[in-house]
Amino acid sequence: MTPLLDRSTHNPWVAHSARIEDICSEVPGVATYDLAFDNPDVASDYRFEPGQFNMLYLPGYGESAISISSDPSRQGTLSHTIRVAGNVTQAIARKNRGDHIAVRGPFGSSWPVDSYRGNDVVIACGGIGLAPLRPAIYHILNHRAEYGRVILLYGARTPKDLLYTSEYDAWRDKGLEVEVTVDIGDSDWRGHVGVVPVLFYRLRLQAKQTVVMTCGPEIMMRFVVFEALARRVHPEDIFVSLERNMSCAMGFCGHCQFGPHFVCKDGPVFDFQQVAPFFNLEDL
Amino acid sequence: MASNQIAVGSSLSIDPTQMQALIDTLRGSGYRTVGPRIADGSIVYADLASTDQLPIGYVDRQDGGLYRLEKSEGAGYFDYVVGPHSLKNFLFPPRETLLESIRTNGTWQMAPPEIDPTPLAVIGVRSCDLHALSVQDKVFLGGPYVDPGYKARREKLFLVAVNCRRASATCFCHSMNTGPAVNQAFDLALTEVDGRFVVEIGSPAGAEVMAKIESAPAPEPLVERAKGISAELKERMNERDEVPYSQQQGVRQRHMDTSNIHDLLLSNLEHPRWADVAERCLACGNCTLVCPTCFCASVEEVSDLTGDNVRRERAWDSCFNAEHSYMNTGTVRKTIASRYRQWLTHKLATWIDQYGTSGCVGCGRCITWCPVAIDLTEEVAAIRGDQP
Repeated sequence: MTPLLDRSTHNPWVAHSARIEDICSEVPGVATYDLAFDNPDVASDYRFEPGQFNMLYLPGYGESAISISSDPSRQGTLSHTIRVAGNVTQAIARKNRGDHIAVRGPFGSSWPVDSYRGNDVVIACGGIGLAPLRPAIYHILNHRAEYGRVILLYGARTPKDLLYTSEYDAWRDKGLEVEVTVDIGDSDWRGHVGVVPVLFYRLRLQAKQTVVMTCGPEIMMRFVVFEALARRVHPEDIFVSLERNMSCAMGFCGHCQFGPHFVCKDGPVFDFQQVAPFFNLEDL
Repeated sequence: MASNQIAVGSSLSIDPTQMQALIDTLRGSGYRTVGPRIADGSIVYADLASTDQLPIGYVDRQDGGLYRLEKSEGAGYFDYVVGPHSLKNFLFPPRETLLESIRTNGTWQMAPPEIDPTPLAVIGVRSCDLHALSVQDKVFLGGPYVDPGYKARREKLFLVAVNCRRASATCFCHSMNTGPAVNQAFDLALTEVDGRFVVEIGSPAGAEVMAKIESAPAPEPLVERAKGISAELKERMNERDEVPYSQQQGVRQRHMDTSNIHDLLLSNLEHPRWADVAERCLACGNCTLVCPTCFCASVEEVSDLTGDNVRRERAWDSCFNAEHSYMNTGTVRKTIASRYRQWLTHKLATWIDQYGTSGCVGCGRCITWCPVAIDLTEEVAAIRGDQP
């Protein structure tokens, strides 16, 4: 019989056990899980790019595709911000610090943060859609001098649903313009009320040197793309992160197809030109 | 004849009685032998130990939603065409364990099952299925990830192909450039001619097997006659293209105009024909199960009652199921129209973007096994017909 580790390393279906180092409750139904691989070799080899995702696995429940929300430059730190939505994420929500979860990854394409050095960056996201963009924010702020204006347009349903609010001031201090909006305010809310694409109205963009990265509900992204195009940002400089049913993350299972693309391996991050012919079709 | 005397690309001639020797030799070399056999009224691939088990003298009658086997005067060993099974059933089995997890004292140990398949020899494979095999090779072996189970089975595969002497009404390999002549990825290719089999050697492994069987070099005229059989069949199939479906009488003789088909379909994603076909389609998924290239699969958790022993199992799935596109926000393809559109545009158009080849090999299985006789060649023709 082949030694276990040997077989595992060559088999892309094998998940690696990781310990839950910390759990940070973010907003109702959403928490961030910091993971550390049990196997030190796996831990030291592990690298990811902003925007990539892992398949998180609990035996008996299944796998769920979850984007990585930590700083890619901080080796050994691997965080996932997870909203309780289905079978697997419910089971994850019952886990405690010190429990284990299995991880396959990283998978997928990434935000092109390095290709756009010297440019202005607009990050537009809604709800949990900020999670896959947080690694991009960290990366850009770590290399802040190499970028022009960097703007975060972020929205959620209510003020209580806004993610990572404790970090906004630190981000602002490092040179991120943060504009936040909610669909429904409360008595303490003094900020914008309305949808994310509306935040574009007040921006004065230098279209030719601007890249837009967006992640959120598909309907939000459609209007973000619309607003960006209306301001003459080039379609190839607009990046969207799509969500589809991803069961294998390797292009084998066929579930995540979006036109000619497998969202798992060709995406989840696409430049708008790649997906434009299919972006506004119902039931595709 | 010693195997070093048998060149790849050369042809030998064997007496049909040597078919048994071929099966025995393969079995003696450690292969599980599988070939065409009758089961439940159709010809499937099943374990084959004796030529007595072959459906010699049978032909199949196929049409939309129709498959009948009949004895036919003068029919040879392999004069039926394809049944519901294909190589997919063996290389990408309907259900397969990917990972096994065992929990002891609260800690999970996870490992893939040992992958050590029995070498498999498949007898009677047609050209369309060899092309389907190379399509699935691209899916499971050709990308950034390699499927370990598929790879292991593929490396231990021995293929005894057969050149078709007849086509059914549902066959349209001539349209897809996938047949009828066997021209790739075989170890041995048989053509039944003048009461003998001409055996073309396709690989060193094929030569090795033939060295153990009584044979004679095939005389050039016999080889030419063997080649002529496929060529003549292709001629006859090509004649179908001359008659549009609207002018055909009787059983429709399938063909498909594939010119510019990628752009044709992708520029008609909102064509009314999708709603039309959805009126007929039951979304049963039969077409995807019999298709030799369809590769969609779900991954399921199978656990014992203690919950301590869990297997991850891959099982064939179909883009006609609502769950196929299910996310926590709901099902993306909510309508049958959108699912049929996904299947057809993937098969014939976006497959080309993904793998550089069509996903259709013209075997016609999806037409035959559709319970309501939906015919993809007709759907394409209809969409093409509405083009200005």
